[in-house]
Amino acid sequence: MGYIGEIFVMAMTAIFIQNFVLARFLGLCPYLGVSKKLDSAMGMGMAVIFVMTLASAITFLINKYLLMPNELMYLQTIAFILTIASLVQFVEMVIQKNAPALYKSLGVFLPLITTNCAVLGVAILNTGALRSDGVTAYNFLDSVLNGFFSGVGFTVVLLAMAGLRMRMEMVELPRSMKGMPIALILAGIMALAFYGFMGFKI
Amino acid sequence: MTFSKELTKGFIKDNPIFILVLGLCPTLAVTTSVMNGLGMGFAATFVLLCSNIIVSMIKGITPSKIRIPVYIVVIASFVTIVDMVMGAYLPGLHKSLGLFIPLIVVNCIILGRAEAFASRNNVIMSIADAIGMGLGFTLSLVVIATVREILGAGTWLGFRVTPLTYDPMLIAILAPGAFITLGFFDGPDQYG
Repeated sequence: MGYIGEIFVMAMTAIFIQNFVLARFLGLCPYLGVSKKLDSAMGMGMAVIFVMTLASAITFLINKYLLMPNELMYLQTIAFILTIASLVQFVEMVIQKNAPALYKSLGVFLPLITTNCAVLGVAILNTGALRSDGVTAYNFLDSVLNGFFSGVGFTVVLLAMAGLRMRMEMVELPRSMKGMPIALILAGIMALAFYGFMGFKI
Repeated sequence: MTFSKELTKGFIKDNPIFILVLGLCPTLAVTTSVMNGLGMGFAATFVLLCSNIIVSMIKGITPSKIRIPVYIVVIASFVTIVDMVMGAYLPGLHKSLGLFIPLIVVNCIILGRAEAFASRNNVIMSIADAIGMGLGFTLSLVVIATVREILGAGTWLGFRVTPLTYDPMLIAILAPGAFITLGFFDGPDQYG
């Protein structure tokens, strides 16, 4: 299988089979917190894709050229979270200065992303991830692509959830189910649907 | 505001999971068994206690503009300690919690308490707050894990509690069961 096939496997795994939100339980706070409206879900999704791709690239370099040669692997958690926090801050400043229109739509979501466990999660998972042959460790491009596709997977379910919740607004619900409880049960049913993808062999 | 009030508010009134709905990722991911829930609960309580103490001690000298990165470094240091100690003494638990141990760093409960409580109160109150919130978190994990483990595996803390004829519902310990269980537990709060 060529490299294109490898990329395809990676995309299918990250988006459907091992979805970040529904199968791995990462990034649940924004998934439940920002899924009330479709446009804010879109903004959050784009911001997460952007930050996850960048964070995967930078944490890979830090891990490979700073932590591993100096045997500082035990500092991984601290190094990664600091990198992500400063990266988010930096991205926020750059966007604010150079693209005010983009800042308007993404700006409010960026500070929330620092504590989105999906970003730190993908950075840590990338360090131990293997290609589909089960031997080769991820190289730089693999890590970046995995970060990108994981972000896409997050956005897909976030948008689906936002669409569902907007329809739920119009439904008569018992008082005990309004708001968060029905959102969680919807998420459960969605996770059930995504379990259907698990049988795929690629 | 008294010591005992801070200590007990985490159990019902300000329960971090059922009422405030914070820290959902570890909640849903590790409650497949009561043992995992207890392990995650105590690990998070320890980190919360240490970080609350340090944050409330340094609150006077932390510049407010960089306070979040400072808190994150404090929290990440204690998470690293927990990670290494657990890896050395409880390798089984360490393996089953896996990725979610380093992810205690981004648990919103811990950063939330540092920002909302420890940075404004003295050390004694912060200790009470950390113990209360931490044990409230642990208790909630155990409650959710109890339901999921009994329904999904027929055991509690590894002991069989259901008759042998009971066929476990595997869904309860899979991802969908986590969401649905927490959804039902969140219901009563809507009347509060």
